[in-house]
Amino acid sequence: MSTASEAIALVPSATEGRVSTSLETDGQLEPVSAATSFVNIGERTNVTGSARFKKLVLAGDYDAAVEVARQQVENGAQIIDVNMDEALLDSELAMTTFLKRIAAEPDIARVPVMIDSSKWSVIEAGLKCVSGKPIVNSISLKEGEEPFLDQARRVRAYGAAVVVMAFDETGQADTAQRKVEICERAYQLLTGNGFAAEDIIFDPNVFAVATGIDEHRRYALDFIEAAREIRTRCPGAHISGGLSNLSFSFRGNEPVRRAMHSVFLFHAIPAGLDMAIVNAGQLDVYDAIDPELRDACEDVVLDRREDATERLIELAERFKGTDAAAEKQAAEWRSLPVSERLSYALVKGIDAHIVEDTEEARQSASRPIAVIEGPLMDGMNIVGDLFGAGKMFLPQVVKSARVMKKGVAHLLPFIELEKDEGAKGKGRIVMATVKGDVHDIGKNIVGVVLQCNGYEVVDLGVMTPWTKILEAANENGADMIGLSGLITPSLDEMVTVASEMERAGMNMPLLIGGATTSRAHTALRIAPAYSGPVIHVLDASRAVGVASALVSDGPQKAELIDGTARDYHALRESRAGRGDHELATIDQARANRFRADPDKRPPAPARPGLHKFGEWPLRDLRAHIDWTPFFRAWELHGTYPAILDDPVVGESARSLHADAEAMLDRIVAEHWLRPVGVVGLWRCWREGDDVLVLAGNEPVRLPFLRQQVKKREGRPNMCLADFIAEEGEDWIGGFAVGIHGSEPHLERFRQANDDYSDIMLKALADRLAEALAERLHHHVRTSAWGYADEHLSNQELIRERYAGIRPAPGYPASPDHSLKPMLFELLGGEPAGLSLTESFAMLPTAAVSGFYFAHPDSAYFGVAKIGKDQLADYAQRRNVDLETATRWLRPNLD
Amino acid sequence: MTAAALLQAAAAERILVKDGAFGTAIQQACLTENCYRGDYALSKDQKGNNDLLCLSKPQLIEEICAGYATAGADVLGTNSFNANRISQADYGAEHLVPEMNRAAARIARDVANRFEAEDGRRRFVAGALGPTNKTLSLSPDVNDPGFREVDFDFVCDVYREQAQALLEGGADFILIETVFDTLNCKAAIMAALDLAPIMISMTLTDLSGRNLSGHTVEAFWASVRHAKPLTIGLNCSFGAAQLRPHLSALSQTADTLIMAYPNAGLPNDLGAYDEAAEETAAQVAEWVEEGLINIVGGCCGTTPAHIAAIAGTVAGKPARSVAQAPSRTVLAGLEPMVLA
Repeated sequence: MSTASEAIALVPSATEGRVSTSLETDGQLEPVSAATSFVNIGERTNVTGSARFKKLVLAGDYDAAVEVARQQVENGAQIIDVNMDEALLDSELAMTTFLKRIAAEPDIARVPVMIDSSKWSVIEAGLKCVSGKPIVNSISLKEGEEPFLDQARRVRAYGAAVVVMAFDETGQADTAQRKVEICERAYQLLTGNGFAAEDIIFDPNVFAVATGIDEHRRYALDFIEAAREIRTRCPGAHISGGLSNLSFSFRGNEPVRRAMHSVFLFHAIPAGLDMAIVNAGQLDVYDAIDPELRDACEDVVLDRREDATERLIELAERFKGTDAAAEKQAAEWRSLPVSERLSYALVKGIDAHIVEDTEEARQSASRPIAVIEGPLMDGMNIVGDLFGAGKMFLPQVVKSARVMKKGVAHLLPFIELEKDEGAKGKGRIVMATVKGDVHDIGKNIVGVVLQCNGYEVVDLGVMTPWTKILEAANENGADMIGLSGLITPSLDEMVTVASEMERAGMNMPLLIGGATTSRAHTALRIAPAYSGPVIHVLDASRAVGVASALVSDGPQKAELIDGTARDYHALRESRAGRGDHELATIDQARANRFRADPDKRPPAPARPGLHKFGEWPLRDLRAHIDWTPFFRAWELHGTYPAILDDPVVGESARSLHADAEAMLDRIVAEHWLRPVGVVGLWRCWREGDDVLVLAGNEPVRLPFLRQQVKKREGRPNMCLADFIAEEGEDWIGGFAVGIHGSEPHLERFRQANDDYSDIMLKALADRLAEALAERLHHHVRTSAWGYADEHLSNQELIRERYAGIRPAPGYPASPDHSLKPMLFELLGGEPAGLSLTESFAMLPTAAVSGFYFAHPDSAYFGVAKIGKDQLADYAQRRNVDLETATRWLRPNLD
Repeated sequence: MTAAALLQAAAAERILVKDGAFGTAIQQACLTENCYRGDYALSKDQKGNNDLLCLSKPQLIEEICAGYATAGADVLGTNSFNANRISQADYGAEHLVPEMNRAAARIARDVANRFEAEDGRRRFVAGALGPTNKTLSLSPDVNDPGFREVDFDFVCDVYREQAQALLEGGADFILIETVFDTLNCKAAIMAALDLAPIMISMTLTDLSGRNLSGHTVEAFWASVRHAKPLTIGLNCSFGAAQLRPHLSALSQTADTLIMAYPNAGLPNDLGAYDEAAEETAAQVAEWVEEGLINIVGGCCGTTPAHIAAIAGTVAGKPARSVAQAPSRTVLAGLEPMVLA
């Protein structure tokens, strides 16, 4: 299944100019709001098109009917078409009842409504219930000009746009010429009577092709030709069409219908069709259609050959039912026994019925806990197996977990009633992000995956002091402890936790994870501090294997523990042999410093000093997201956009991407997040490896670290200070950006047991922070500092094809996180609303800060290992004792 | 020239000033029930029926109105926020609605004319339609989300009765204010569309910038633009500081005059507004600086001192030019949807 926007993405003209931005002279971004270039209108809430919806409305089941609308919007419908034209219904009552019901659902009501009826009375009744700006579908010249204009005036008085059908006193237009004539006449009448051209949408009638009747052969082509002409003659107006008619002859053959619709859109959109009533699920990606079928459809749609219809009919038989089985399954799963429904919902990640199904299972179960231990765990085991076998990917697993959590949340009150103790599943693990660190995406993912596999996770959250970790582990009778951290100072804190566990005489296994951790650090630093088992867990997919070995009674446990211990011991041995001999002395390294070309020194900034950016437009950031790291956060490896077509993870990546886009839609539309940034541009000079920055009256000394690893002839030992001139005028910059406002939404997701959305929002906020850092850097290069004149695409920007760098404290070129307080001070204190933890992690977590170096020779590098001599020198330059400096620079000393 | 054309001409020259709150001033007068009731034989308790004061205590209303004119207001709102059949039903005073509105408009008209005669500067009278206490978009019954206490045609009739009376009493424009429900506003537009130029002012119920029916300011503008309003803007809601981002969004989208009248800050623990006049004026100065508004006044908690401070702030500042309307199709649910 694909979405309409995916299908359309292959049509070149439809994707151009979706979002553009322009920089005003004062440097404030002025976004041109994202305009939609093709709109898919949901058609499921239409009694004439959906048998199911009709049944629900006839039965008065508006709860279920509302759900149909919700699914439409969730599946990407940008407008929902509501039609109640059914002889057995009181259409006015049904229309108003339904519209009032969906008005109460913000998830649905956020999109505009299309009030669809052939009866004016039904339309007007509907208009009285819709608070936004809807579309009326439709009016026409069928009864002559007077009634037409009268209805148009009333439509306008209600503040609606209108679909005008190509229909006049003599009938419905079938040829291109008639379509154009009628639409142009209607356009002149409407605009002549004060109706805004942009509120007119023409429906030039999509008729069925491949009917076997010769007169019908040109119907699709006539539509396309008419659309092109109408767009020219009626500037401002839009073209819409109902797609399902087109393939009417192939009822029951979904693959062929889908292919016909996609082919039709492929040709009609460039001609000017800009909205269509379509089931987004009923479209294929044009390029993904079987070429033989695609050609046959194209022959029919474009009337390219005499025997086009015969050939398509013949071919159609072969494609019939290629996905009937899947659809049948999708439709029929609701009639399965409840335990199978539960596992189906878990595997597919469908949470729509989980509460009712769980309740049904509870009523027939001996005890509520049996539902968890039985059908729910069975389902999660399937998920776990599929994940383990690489047939399911993390985003799907997290969605499954959301379903599981909702089911469990429903059962919990009943379980509490029973006071059921000791239900601890396969094992109990206490997890925490250590003190000073606030990053928890990875930890949450591991937690979810472990829960999916039947482990009970006691999540202590972020910034957890060791006292609390030990306390929780003892109180809960944990089988193991998992520690997580993203920033390098967390490594030291993990050593502290391990030492304290040792002091407390504990012996439960300690698992170490998080982006900054490594097997080497675990072996060298953490394992020696604790005599119990210590194991570094690379990622979520390994966590289950490790945990299950640790709780097993069999030999796997000893094998894992002993094997890991041997492994780490060997690693320590091999490292122990290595001394400082591969390092140059700091003096040698300084002598071999990088010599930046003094003639290429950047000019003075156009606007030196502090620049604050109150609220950067989210739409602009969204357009500049670097997606590859987003997928990496979800453990989907590959480069965007190629990852979307990856044969293995492509499907998972597409679905994740679609969910991310949907959340971004809401983030932007509902202003969930507030991107804030600060930039400072200051005069400076170099003294040795220090840069002295003149932001106020007194210069501030920024000490940088220098590479000490011995280099080949001609390769310098780099230090960031090398990019700054010792004498004469030179400049440096600093920046901080933060994405504020996610907390209430994260809280909402936590309340709803929705880890998927929780992780999604955090991952997106991180991306937006990076995007803002990138946008600010661009703004600085081209405007505030203004040393560059760039015309680069987003891809080129991501590949950093520009002059100048923005290294961040805590990253390889400037690995000491403790520079952050100095940077923040330079930027005026709490820049961009950011604060620092005692380990120099930034809050909110979606934040980036760093320095700007503008010299064209400046480049990123890694400081890597440094010697004791530089450590002592650095301690002196920072004016701290050796112990403190050692703690700060630990990752570069091992 | 019509009043609308005169207003536009004046707004092209400078930033105009709207008056402040009636409620605050009436509260300070500390009236007894008898004072509200006057000579009217009404069965229900009338304390708090501020609109009835147009009939029972016209001098008080006149003094308040004149106080604002003295403070420098160009646009005078009528004291008719609840002078509609739906709200007056609570006081059993529905039958007085036409009379109340005529009186409200006449009082403001007289003040406007008097001040204009003194200094030759035109004052405008905006006949105020409040939101009523019934909503067309929401159900008051949580168990029945499809239920509505009132329907569109009824609300439209209620507004039409009020609007006609206000115009009879001498109002220049119809001001649909404190719009918390966009559909109520659409009913008011339907009622007034062929009667007089319309001013529209939305109120936000949360800091994310939506009104009670859930519309963002952009979606709201798309939903009411067909009224071709003389002014669009925001009132009440919060203080000026909190309104700024939403006002900014509106002023970039709407191709008409922008009018805003914030509260005097946020209410304190006791529900009273205590933002000083200078403080409100300082916030307003930022709006002017950023080119967000054409007309500015005050809502809850503001006094003639606030209006005078605002008038002092905006005096001599350059006029804001109206935003250009891109000819794009904008539809709206709770959120706007822009077609290329």
